[in-house]
Amino acid sequence: MSTLSFALRDSATMLRRDVRHSLRNLPMTLISGLLVPIIMLVLFVYVFGGAIGAGQGLMAHGGAYIDYIAPGIIIMTVISGGATTAINLCMDMSEGIIARFRTMAISRASVLTGQVLGSLIRTMITIVLVIGVALLMGFRPSAGPVAWIAALGIIALFAFALTWMSVVFGLVGKTPAGANSLSLIFQLLSFTSSAFVRPDSMSGVVRWFASYQPFTPVIDTLRGLLLGTPIGNSAVLAVAWCAGLTLIGYLWARAVYNRNSAR
Amino acid sequence: MIMIETRGLRKSFGDHVVLDGIDLNVAAGTIFALLGPNGAGKTTIVQILSTLIGADAGQARVAGHNLAHEPDAVRAAIGVTGQFSAVDNLLTGEENLLLMADLHHLGRSEGKLRAAALLDRFDLAGAARKTPATYSGGMRRRLDLAMTLVGDPRVIFLDEPTTGLDPRSRHTMWQIIRDLVASGVTILLTTQYLDEADELADRIAVLDQGKLVAQGTPDELKRRIPGGHIRLQFADTSGLEAAARTLGEVVRDDNELTLQIPTDGSVRSLRAVLDRLDHEALAVNGVSVHTPDLDDVFFAITSHIDTQKGNGR
Repeated sequence: MSTLSFALRDSATMLRRDVRHSLRNLPMTLISGLLVPIIMLVLFVYVFGGAIGAGQGLMAHGGAYIDYIAPGIIIMTVISGGATTAINLCMDMSEGIIARFRTMAISRASVLTGQVLGSLIRTMITIVLVIGVALLMGFRPSAGPVAWIAALGIIALFAFALTWMSVVFGLVGKTPAGANSLSLIFQLLSFTSSAFVRPDSMSGVVRWFASYQPFTPVIDTLRGLLLGTPIGNSAVLAVAWCAGLTLIGYLWARAVYNRNSAR
Repeated sequence: MIMIETRGLRKSFGDHVVLDGIDLNVAAGTIFALLGPNGAGKTTIVQILSTLIGADAGQARVAGHNLAHEPDAVRAAIGVTGQFSAVDNLLTGEENLLLMADLHHLGRSEGKLRAAALLDRFDLAGAARKTPATYSGGMRRRLDLAMTLVGDPRVIFLDEPTTGLDPRSRHTMWQIIRDLVASGVTILLTTQYLDEADELADRIAVLDQGKLVAQGTPDELKRRIPGGHIRLQFADTSGLEAAARTLGEVVRDDNELTLQIPTDGSVRSLRAVLDRLDHEALAVNGVSVHTPDLDDVFFAITSHIDTQKGNGR
């Protein structure tokens, strides 16, 4: 077999390992993936929703506040999936099994690609569940089938980018808690984006930051696809940001993973 | 045939020199023990030879392959079992072995056969469907080694394989290691236990502060160390005095009526002493030969930390 088919085979083995990990403790996997997004949904729809929605004048186009924040919640689901990835990888590293893999004649990248693919699958399943909960709570998207597929595509791109970045956090964080803390950067980014309130209602520097940071175009594109709000150049920016973050995450993760090794 | 060969291996972490020029030769089918206190650099040598980290300088060949140029060929030939067991805690014992079989690109049925055989051989069949979280320390270590063996390695690195094990598990592990070598595998073992090196190793290298301070068979090492002596017991003071005059440089104990004559532990030196006593027709009540054990060797060679024994080199 060629090097490439060995690499694919090893990646598939690593993916199976990751899926098996998720299934071994299915309740915990589901809780850790769903807990944060659902708390956020409940908090923002039933607790802050009235006040923020009224203040923002978001009901103007006939939608409820849940319609405005659902795309943001989807993004938060991806982020919390990323935190899980970072923690899992960090625990793997500390348990020595990764060191064992590194002394074996297997494709170097397979350890990371298996983990990334497994995380991607886990995150996408969680997203579907979160969208289901949002629908039950009154989320009423206007998207047709094509727009839905495009929306899932954007979500997958974003999840792919964030997972690679999370892999870096998992490798760089010395402890699972450290890896988790690094992932908080993304939580912060989501709060200073268009996820919960419109950037033009923010003040000064934060408004500028919210308008130009990577999460805002992704959320605006998603909102446009699901609810029919104007997308403008957000889609192009979203894809560019995702591609950029993926590339940075991949190269950085690979460099950290191979650091110190004989080759 | 030499399976592991290093020349002038060096490694520093920042300012701290961990390995300061290591030359090793390990012959095929033998057990080579790296003996040294904590922090001597044992694990670093294993990490370099198992391709986990690169050396700063020096050359190394493992199983005939240059470590720097053909790391994948080296990886294909080796197996590593570290001090902290590298098992997947979320997979069962059997799944751990099957994971290794998949990564060695064995077929499904071949992998299953090999996993079942290893579970049997290491007395883990009963726990095959449980995760290592429920295993004892000895079982974890056995699973770890079983995973290493799935790929049929020709060279095995065992980094402190019995550290933290109870005496029974320790002896089980020793037997497993002996069986492995009997099947033709080459083993490089690190240990801080002198009895373990003495028990298992064909050759021992004593590592201290990143340098090899002694190397040889267990017996050679013991013989090299001053402290070996012949102890003669006499019936009375006159016999003691006569013998002391005859033998010259001796340690004399008038209360115990004994003389200690330094020796390298060889039969010839013993015979020489007895011949001289015979020649003078001196009566001796008892003779005992004390050869230094590896503890003496260890303390003598690494005496910079421990001079209270007074036998620094």
